[in-house]
Amino acid sequence: MADLSQAAVFPGELEDEGPRPGAWTRFREYARRHPTVIVGGGILILMALSAVAAPLIAPDPLRLNPINRLKPPSEAFWFGADFLGRDVYARTIYGGQISLMVGLAVAVISTAIGLSVGLVAGYVRWVDAVVMRVMDGLMAIPGVLLAIALISLAGASIVNVIIAISIPEIPRVVRLVRAVVLTVREQPYVEAAVSVGTRLPKILLKHILPNTLAPLIVQATYVCASAVVIEAILSFLGAGTPPEIPSWGNIMAEGRTYFQFAPWMIFFPGIFLAVTVLAVNILGDGLRDSLDPRIARRM
Amino acid sequence: MYAYIARRLLATLPVMAVVGIAVFLLLHLTPGDPAVVIAGDYARPEDIEKIRENLGLNEPLHVQFFSWVGALLSGDLGTSIFSNLPVAKLIGQRLEPTLALAIATIIFAILVAVPMGVIAAWKAGTLTDRVIMVFAVLGFSVPVFVIGYAMMWLFSITLGWFPVQGYKPIGDGFWPFLRSITLPTVALGIIYVALIARITRASMLEVLTEDYMRTARAKGLDNNALLIRHALRNASVPIVTIIGIGIALLIGGVVVTESVFNIPGLGRLTIDAVLRRDYPIIQGVILIFSGAYVIVNLAIDLSYTVLDPRIRY
Repeated sequence: MADLSQAAVFPGELEDEGPRPGAWTRFREYARRHPTVIVGGGILILMALSAVAAPLIAPDPLRLNPINRLKPPSEAFWFGADFLGRDVYARTIYGGQISLMVGLAVAVISTAIGLSVGLVAGYVRWVDAVVMRVMDGLMAIPGVLLAIALISLAGASIVNVIIAISIPEIPRVVRLVRAVVLTVREQPYVEAAVSVGTRLPKILLKHILPNTLAPLIVQATYVCASAVVIEAILSFLGAGTPPEIPSWGNIMAEGRTYFQFAPWMIFFPGIFLAVTVLAVNILGDGLRDSLDPRIARRM
Repeated sequence: MYAYIARRLLATLPVMAVVGIAVFLLLHLTPGDPAVVIAGDYARPEDIEKIRENLGLNEPLHVQFFSWVGALLSGDLGTSIFSNLPVAKLIGQRLEPTLALAIATIIFAILVAVPMGVIAAWKAGTLTDRVIMVFAVLGFSVPVFVIGYAMMWLFSITLGWFPVQGYKPIGDGFWPFLRSITLPTVALGIIYVALIARITRASMLEVLTEDYMRTARAKGLDNNALLIRHALRNASVPIVTIIGIGIALLIGGVVVTESVFNIPGLGRLTIDAVLRRDYPIIQGVILIFSGAYVIVNLAIDLSYTVLDPRIRY
C-alpha cells in the first residue's frame, strides 16, 4: 500500500522504473555490484567493534605473569604469551584501538587541511604557484623518514604520531583537490556564477567543493590505509606510539628478539595489521568504482 | 627538447630548496629548545651548551640557515653529536648495503611486475587476470615487515635456505651476497611489484583498444611483437612514472627492511640516530634520500622524450 500511495504522488517515476525498491533490495543490488565495498567495510566494522569492545572480549593486556613467559598459542592463550607472560591476544585486540584511531584521525586531518589548501590553490593563481612548489618539495621527502624525524624531536605520543603521519600525507590530498578544481573552474556554470558576481568563498564552497568529494572520499581511505601502516612502522622502529601502549607495531617490536622461537608475538599482530590495511584498501577500490564509473573502467 | 631539459633541470631547484628549508626548520619549529631536546633527559648544562655550539644554535636563524646551506653545498653534512664523525663519512660507510638493496629491489620489481601487468591486460577478465589483480591488492596491503618476517620464518628458520639475518657485501663474493639479499629484496619488492603491475595493466588496457593495435593485428603480427613492440612501448610512460613515484615508497620500506633483516645500511643508521637523538645524521639521511628521489624522477621525466617521441614540450 505504501508503494501505491508513493506512486500516486510521483506518477512519472512509476512509469519509468516501477515502485521504488525497499532499502534492503537496494542494499543487495549495491552489494552485488560492488562486493568489495561490503567486504572491506564489513571487515573494518568487525575490527572496530572488537577494538571498542576490547574490555569485554579480552583479558587485561598489561597483566604480567612470568610463569606464562613465551607460552605458545593454546586454549588459555589464543595467540600465545609474550616475554613478560602477557596475553598476546588481549594485546592484539587492544592494539586495534590505536591503529584504527590513528588511521581515522590522520585521514580526517590530512583530508581537511589538504582540501582547504587545494581548493584555494586550484582557484587562485598566485597562491597556486607558491603552494605547489612547497608541496612538490614536501613530497620529495620520504614520508616515513619525515615522520621519524618529527617524532624524534617532538617526543613519542599518540598525538605527535598522528601529526607526524598527517604532514607527509597532506601534499597528496592537495594535488588531488587542485587537479579537480582546475578542471571544474573552466565549467560554464562556474563562469556563470562568476559573471553574476558570486563571491569567491561561495564559488569555492558551493560550486567547486561538491565536485571534489567523490575522489576525496576515495583518497581518504588510501590515506587511512597508509597511516595505519606508517603508525605500525614507526612503533616497530621505536619512534612511534610510546612503548608501554600495546599497539601492533609495539607488540611486533617486542617480539623481534624472540622471533626465532616465539614467532606468534609478530605473526598475530602482523596478520591483524595486514587484514585491516587490506580491508581499507579494497573498501577504497570499491568506493572508487562505485563513485566514479569512468575511472573504474580504466583501472 | 633542450629547452625542455633546461626547464626541467631548473624546476628541481625550488624543490630542493623547499626540502632544504623543511629539513632545516624541522629542528627549529618543534616545540622546546632543540639543544635540550637533542641532549635528552639526563644531560648536564655543559652538554647542552656543547650541542648548541656544535649546531651553531647561538646564531640568529637566518645566519644559521645560510651557513648550513653553504656547508651543504661544499659537501659538509655536519658532524654527528654522538660519535663526532662527519655525517657525510658515516653515510658513505653505510651507503653500499642500502644501494645494493634498493637497486636489487627495483630490478626485481620491474622484471616481475611488468610481465604480470602485461599478461593481466592481455587476459583481461579471465581467471589469470583476477589472480594477478588479487595478488596486486594483497601485495599492496601486507606491510613489508609482516612479509619479511613471514618469509624469514618459512625460508630461513624452517627450510634453512637462506641466512636468517645479516648482510654480506658484494666484495665477499657474489653468491653469499645474493643469498643475504634475496629475502630482503623480495620482501621489500612485493609492494612495488603490486603497484607497478596495477599501473602496467591499466596502461596496457588503454593502449590495447587503440586503432593501431587492430591494424597491427590485421597485418598478421604475432602476439609477442604486438604486445611488446606496439602495446608496451606505447604504454610505457605511465609505467615509468609510477616506478619513479614508487621510489618514495621504496625508501620508507628500506628503513624497515634493514631493521627486520639486520642490514647495516642507511636505514639502520637513521634508527640508531633517532634513538640517540643524533639530529645531524637524521638531517643528512633525509637530505640524501630526498635528493635521490628528486634525481631519479628528473631522470624519468627526461626519459619521456626518448620513450615517446610524440611528447614535445
